Amino acid sequence: MKKTKQMSIRKKLNTESAAGIICTMPFIIGFLLFMIVPMGISLYYSFCNYDILSAPKWCGLDNYIKMFTDDPKFWKSIAVTFYFALVSVPLRLIFALIVAMILVKSSKASAFYRAVYYLPSIIGGSVAVAILWKRMFAADGVVNKILSVFGFPADFAWLGNTKTAIWTLIILAVWQFGSSMLIFLSALKQIPTELYEAADVDGANKCNKFFKITLPLLTPTIFFNLVMQMINGFLAFTQCFIITQGKPMDSTLFYTVYTYFQSFKFYNTGYGAALAWIMLLLIGLITLVLFATKKFWVYDEGN
Amino acid sequence: MKKARIHRKIIYHVIVTIFGLIMIYPLVWMIMSSFKDTNTIFTTAGQLIPEKFTLDNYINGWKGFAGVSFGTFFKNSLFISVVATVGTVFSSSIVAYGLARCKFKGKRILVVAMLLSMMLPAQVLMIPQYLWYQKLGWVNSYMPLIVPYCFAIQGFFTYLMMNFIQGIPRELDEAAKIDGCSYYGIFGRIIFPLMLPVLITSGIFSFMWRWDDFLSALLYINDSTKYPVSLALKLFSDPGSSSDYGAMFAMATLSVLPIMLIFIFLQKYIVEGISTSGLKG
Repeated sequence: MKKTKQMSIRKKLNTESAAGIICTMPFIIGFLLFMIVPMGISLYYSFCNYDILSAPKWCGLDNYIKMFTDDPKFWKSIAVTFYFALVSVPLRLIFALIVAMILVKSSKASAFYRAVYYLPSIIGGSVAVAILWKRMFAADGVVNKILSVFGFPADFAWLGNTKTAIWTLIILAVWQFGSSMLIFLSALKQIPTELYEAADVDGANKCNKFFKITLPLLTPTIFFNLVMQMINGFLAFTQCFIITQGKPMDSTLFYTVYTYFQSFKFYNTGYGAALAWIMLLLIGLITLVLFATKKFWVYDEGN
Repeated sequence: MKKARIHRKIIYHVIVTIFGLIMIYPLVWMIMSSFKDTNTIFTTAGQLIPEKFTLDNYINGWKGFAGVSFGTFFKNSLFISVVATVGTVFSSSIVAYGLARCKFKGKRILVVAMLLSMMLPAQVLMIPQYLWYQKLGWVNSYMPLIVPYCFAIQGFFTYLMMNFIQGIPRELDEAAKIDGCSYYGIFGRIIFPLMLPVLITSGIFSFMWRWDDFLSALLYINDSTKYPVSLALKLFSDPGSSSDYGAMFAMATLSVLPIMLIFIFLQKYIVEGISTSGLKG
């Protein structure tokens, strides 16, 4: 009797739908416990006056109203973040595409070249590179030393100037074009050679071939890269946090760093939670906008 | 004609090499500086090769700070990265199997949730998760750095593995089922072993990301004996705690060494991971 009962449980567990639910259980638990619950908590706190130490006090929309009407740093950080993302992401993609076009011609050394070019993107996110960058652009750093060889003034404080500090971060971001380059490389290799041969027959020149064949066929890849990198660009944290800390005069105050400061330095955690929610909405909005432009410039393989 | 082609080839290689050198110059400069006498690093910043190779920086840096040596920091990082990676690879693989091979109610919602988890970045979750982990009493422990990853919350890996499993012929499953294999047996005996390449790719990326992870260590770890390398290095480089740049560069070089080794020996998987799925390096 007991044995048959055991058998039937085993049988029940071995149906397709039971197996599906059991196998995906870790994710169901994880998603609820580590994403939905924290998001819910923070949504609540974003409507509260909360400083981690004492109990949260409900204050309605105050945090959001303050953000939009009475916090110049909020607007400043949004401007800085947009500037950073809108400059560094296109630059990075252009570099990635140019280098990919150059390296797609295979030679004996191309595997080696490829490795050299994408090494920076493998380690670029590390703390080690961030502190290296900080020292490189210091007044007595290697950048000035090299520039002085070409006759430039040798003690320019790149990180102390409101115009140049953000550029050290942009250069660091562009430097890591390697992973986009690899994606472009594999996309370039998938373009059928017959297309180019046909174009040759029609007497097309190199420029024509690039704009009429290569670029249109790459647009889905460019689009994918653009969406992913834009999101990442808006969320850059570590490098800014270590290299500039938002200085000088908030000229490099990234949104994420500002959120961190508000929450963990000034202990305006309720306000920080509201900032995080606005960031999420912003990212969603940017993604939506990018997807809305898709039909105007991205080549649709279905047609 | 032939001569012109050779000329073009030479120009091509020269340009590509020069640009490549510019690309890796910062890294080479850091590594070389770590072997220079610490007082001469900035006076000789323009010159790459040290006049005299010295290992003093490594010896001084290894001592660490606040009485904790870098040996401890490396051990901590290794522990966190390995455990979180094993957890994420195993949990993602079984979730991917469930999503790729089983039909059940609510599967669609789960796939959407998985894509959402791919889009929801750590920076947005930083405060929400902190508040929640604080409630759970996880602050100043490795729990926030390890436990979530054992629940397949990195959608990227699940997605990658799901695609891989869909490429495995279903006939294998059917044959095993006829031989009396359960759904779990099919996963354990057939699918999982066949997933080896994608498991390695995911493992490599997970390890590199955990190793470099700075934000969660900054948020959750307060005790210097528990610091991972990323956080320790940041504090080591802060003005006040050390002005020994030689030691700083030496430890920075050591901290990227594991990543470099992976890069050198397992490049094939990294290239494949990035170019097939857009995993970020």
